[in-house]
Amino acid sequence: MSVQLEILSAGPRMTLQDAGRVGLSAYGLSRGGAMDPVALAEAAALLGSAYDGLSIEMTQTGGKFRCMQADLTVALTGAVMKANVDGVPLRWGASHLLPAGAVLEVSAARQGVYGYLSVAGQISVPDCFGARSAHLQAGIGAELVAGDVLPVQPKPALMGNGLPERAWNDAQVFRVLPSVQTALFGDDGRAWLETTSLTKTARSSRMGAALQVDGDGVAMPEGLSITSEIVSLGDIQMTGDGTPFVLLAEAQTTGGYPRIATVISADLPAFAQVQAGKQVRFRFVDLEEALAARATFVAELAALKGRVAPLVRDPHQMHDLLGYTLVAGVVSATDPETWE
Amino acid sequence: MQDSSPTLHNLGEDGLLVEFGSSLMMEANAAAIAFRRALEGLRLRGVTEVGSTLKSAFIRFDPVALPHAQIIPKIKELMADRDWLTAPMPEARHWELPSCFDGDFAPQISEFSELSGISESDLIAQLSETPLRVLALGFAPGMPYLGQLPEGWNVPRQTSLTPRVPVGAITAAIRQIVLFAVPSSTGWRQIGQAAWRGWDASGGPDQFLTAGDTLRFAPCGEGAFRAHLAAGGLLIERSSP
Repeated sequence: MSVQLEILSAGPRMTLQDAGRVGLSAYGLSRGGAMDPVALAEAAALLGSAYDGLSIEMTQTGGKFRCMQADLTVALTGAVMKANVDGVPLRWGASHLLPAGAVLEVSAARQGVYGYLSVAGQISVPDCFGARSAHLQAGIGAELVAGDVLPVQPKPALMGNGLPERAWNDAQVFRVLPSVQTALFGDDGRAWLETTSLTKTARSSRMGAALQVDGDGVAMPEGLSITSEIVSLGDIQMTGDGTPFVLLAEAQTTGGYPRIATVISADLPAFAQVQAGKQVRFRFVDLEEALAARATFVAELAALKGRVAPLVRDPHQMHDLLGYTLVAGVVSATDPETWE
Repeated sequence: MQDSSPTLHNLGEDGLLVEFGSSLMMEANAAAIAFRRALEGLRLRGVTEVGSTLKSAFIRFDPVALPHAQIIPKIKELMADRDWLTAPMPEARHWELPSCFDGDFAPQISEFSELSGISESDLIAQLSETPLRVLALGFAPGMPYLGQLPEGWNVPRQTSLTPRVPVGAITAAIRQIVLFAVPSSTGWRQIGQAAWRGWDASGGPDQFLTAGDTLRFAPCGEGAFRAHLAAGGLLIERSSP
């Protein structure tokens, strides 16, 4: 059965995102995909096999959503946003029932930038180069706007489960590796990156984030024309006027500006979630430490499922308790498709 | 830059870059393309991507399935295997695109002619008589960087951007041509337009030109060109450059 998830209103830069497209940068297509892959892993932990890997990515604020034809189980993950269903507040980082006809409203982020709405079920949008996510820079897909309708084939999933709230850390020091061009900046350049006060600016998008330099700029390598070279996600590109620009999911695949360092993959999702106006700090690590951090990061994502626990709710706060289907869908003892 | 042995660099925590130093850009590019093919030929498990840029080849991998300690000796062995700067170009395909260098299709050809000191007719003749090599793809899906043109074409990019060039725009700077696969703003000057429809989101990667392929622009009049455009573009494969 296919039902319709209606987008009644949409904040800016709302798109469908998944893990993106790996292995196509040599063709000119960067990975794209969710700015915060951790949030997709959280959705997968909450919704189990009913989650098909594609979520609605919301930037700074959300929108209003409704499905008239069926109850849906939804998960809210990533940046902590305010949310309610027909006025009843919902906990973030949890799975909830969205009853047929009810309106889910998601508003401003309290922590982070990118929040994710995921549905238990299959969202039917066309596959392009092995993924369904929008890649606006490449011309794949489009922003979601009010009036859009997503065809969904709902699947049964447990709802009323939550994850412990993320440890949001405003003082996080992002770990970086030397890039191919780091040596051009010399030891002074490395020290500059580690000690200069840098602030994330509002000039941030899925392509990358510009940092404001508070204080002296770095000495740019002189007399060098850098041949356009392959970009790694997380590269900190120094543009002509000395502005550091951290390249993110939808970055161009090649660039002619020198890169002073590369943010390690384990720290990139948290970097993407830093709100404009907040300071960021960087620290050089060696490859060994970066790989250890990567292994820890992968292990933490895998452990998310074990951290899912039923939400403790006060029935007195649930004015419409009797109206709730406490489990959307049915788990069959004999059909493994429905098992968690 | 002095000619020298290729150098190996880390690309983040899951990639390696082999950079070819040569005073001759075309030589370094041919080496990068040949090395990329050789990397593909290794068929290493755990590799997620192999590619080449203007003068480098790169490989990305899952460092758990394929640890650095395992892949680096294999890459070094390949680097030392032969003189890549004199390696023959691998097999390639050859393409031709009907193109127009008149009127609205070539808004900046007179400006480029002035800056280069080459007459417009000579620019068109040099461009259409020389099969250009696809040096690399980048910026947008399937978008080729083509070269290398004679020294006279060494005109820098303009300092202000053209707000929008169309798909198929033939743009020039620094002895190279970029053929636009998406409408875009650009610092490159548009000297013509090719009957090329860019890329097709419903197709697969096999639709793309490959680094090492050759492409020749075949000039035609505005009328014939408009007909090609209306037909959705025309990329012709040839048996030779």
